[in-house]
Amino acid sequence: MLQNLTLILPEMILFLGAMGLLMIGAFSKGDSTRTVNLGAIAILALAAATAGSFANNAQATAFNGAFVMDSFAALMKVLTFVATGIAIIMSQGYMRLEKLARFEYPVLLLLAAAGMGMMISANDLIALYMGIELQSLALYVVAAINRDSLRSTEAGLKYFVLGALSSGMLLYGASLIYGFSGSTNFVEIAAAFQPQDGILPMAQVLGLVFLLAGLAFKISAVPFHMWTPDVYEGAPTSVTAFFASAPKLAGMAIFLRIMMTGFENALVAWQQIIILLAILSMVLGAFAAIGQQNIKRLMAYSSIGHMGFALVGFAAASAAGVSSVILYMTLYVVMTLGTFACILSMRQDSGPVERISDLAGLSQTRPFMAFCLAVMMFSLAGIPPMAGFFGKLFVFRAAIDAGLYSLSIIGVLASVVGAFYYLRIVKVMYLDAPADEVNEPMPRELSILAGVMTAFTLLFFVYPSPLVELADKAGAVLMQDGMVATDMLQEHLAGH
Amino acid sequence: MIGLTHYLTLAGIIFTIGVFGIFLNRKNVIIILMSIELMLLAVNINLVAFSAFLGDLVGQVFALLVLTVAAGEAAIGLAILVVYFRNRGGIAVEDVSQMKG
Repeated sequence: MLQNLTLILPEMILFLGAMGLLMIGAFSKGDSTRTVNLGAIAILALAAATAGSFANNAQATAFNGAFVMDSFAALMKVLTFVATGIAIIMSQGYMRLEKLARFEYPVLLLLAAAGMGMMISANDLIALYMGIELQSLALYVVAAINRDSLRSTEAGLKYFVLGALSSGMLLYGASLIYGFSGSTNFVEIAAAFQPQDGILPMAQVLGLVFLLAGLAFKISAVPFHMWTPDVYEGAPTSVTAFFASAPKLAGMAIFLRIMMTGFENALVAWQQIIILLAILSMVLGAFAAIGQQNIKRLMAYSSIGHMGFALVGFAAASAAGVSSVILYMTLYVVMTLGTFACILSMRQDSGPVERISDLAGLSQTRPFMAFCLAVMMFSLAGIPPMAGFFGKLFVFRAAIDAGLYSLSIIGVLASVVGAFYYLRIVKVMYLDAPADEVNEPMPRELSILAGVMTAFTLLFFVYPSPLVELADKAGAVLMQDGMVATDMLQEHLAGH
Repeated sequence: MIGLTHYLTLAGIIFTIGVFGIFLNRKNVIIILMSIELMLLAVNINLVAFSAFLGDLVGQVFALLVLTVAAGEAAIGLAILVVYFRNRGGIAVEDVSQMKG
């Protein structure tokens, strides 16, 4: 019993903290938004520190194997909670200026973070579903937080309908998997999902495909990406910054865990699907973003493309592949938060602006902001020596080691096409004549955050080993009994 | 004799009706909410049928949790629909198209 409670300590801190802050917000006399914001940041920091303290422990399970804590979960939880905390810090000024400062916002983000923690540690279909729903229900509300804006409520409505559809598909898959394996526990499912002569029974494949579709919705991989551009554009920018970071991290973490532990033996059935998702996401992310005028919409397509690149490492299904995905997602979150720190600072006298043409001549009016955004764009495009290049390097190396040559070639080509629209933003900032209206100065907390993320992105190549080692260790933990999968992959490839 | 296959077929049909209800419906967002409920109920039929067939209680526990979450989901969906209605003055599916591209 005590071990159960020790292992879910990070989530308990978040739950209890969210309840406490809700009470403070509901019963305090004056405006408590600032207090609740600061409290939420402190609680997230505490939860991240608690999750981090499990980093070196051996794998341990709680609640009859439904919940697992290992160094993979610890690393992903720390990253998710820190990303959520940064999203709250970045939102404060924007929400105040847009008259959206409400204490419910940080409370909802705390609940979403608790759901993400549950997802990352899920080792059972029921725990997986409850974690995903806890996260999603909070996110639907957050998307529509600007309840007087038609676009924000429309974003919330679209997100809700498509999110509920994806949950339904995930559940239908989960019910079939339960029925044809006799258990909801990932380890027991792995024992039941054994291909005979390289072929999985049809009913099991059907359950697996529905589950994959539901999870692909959550990380917005093509063809399940339809909600992403509209939700990113319609939601308030600070909410978009959050959507693009922490939920993607948690979604990819549970995707990795369920495939590598629950379906490690069924690799033949899902590897082709992951390869297809990766190719479609990379290509659509590269081409659909070219014509975009709205920078939030452009970032939506950018995040779709980046999920495709992360899935390239995933498709390798090796320890190196998993750790490359972890590294890629970490760098992606840093770059995305840094980019959104700049986008949140796009504000002219008339109010916040989000067209790319509003950035014209930014290098002359706000050189620091232009420099930060330019570094982020170079990094997202994958140009050395920025951090984004190393993310792509590790992902493609893992794929090539696994023999996925055509996937890697398509990925490199897609990243070249994608570089076009990132560099267009740099061109608009540095070579175009300044617009009539001048961008207002960056708020202090945003310029500090953007500066830190830029320095990280710029200097990552100097000393990359700590992060790479952490990712390697986490990847190895997830794959410790996944050697079967790698061997099967080799056999599969040798057979062709 | 009604066997497991009958239940699975029924659930499959209901689930398909739910999915098509979301995509083919061009009239009203409320119908989408009803379609979502249909999908979740199809899942529950599956879970309970498997649970009875396997003699394992976990499926019924899962079904109860799905029912609970479905109630919460419907509440949040209706709340978002109400704020949307206040801004737009209608809930026709064609009107949900401020953003495109």
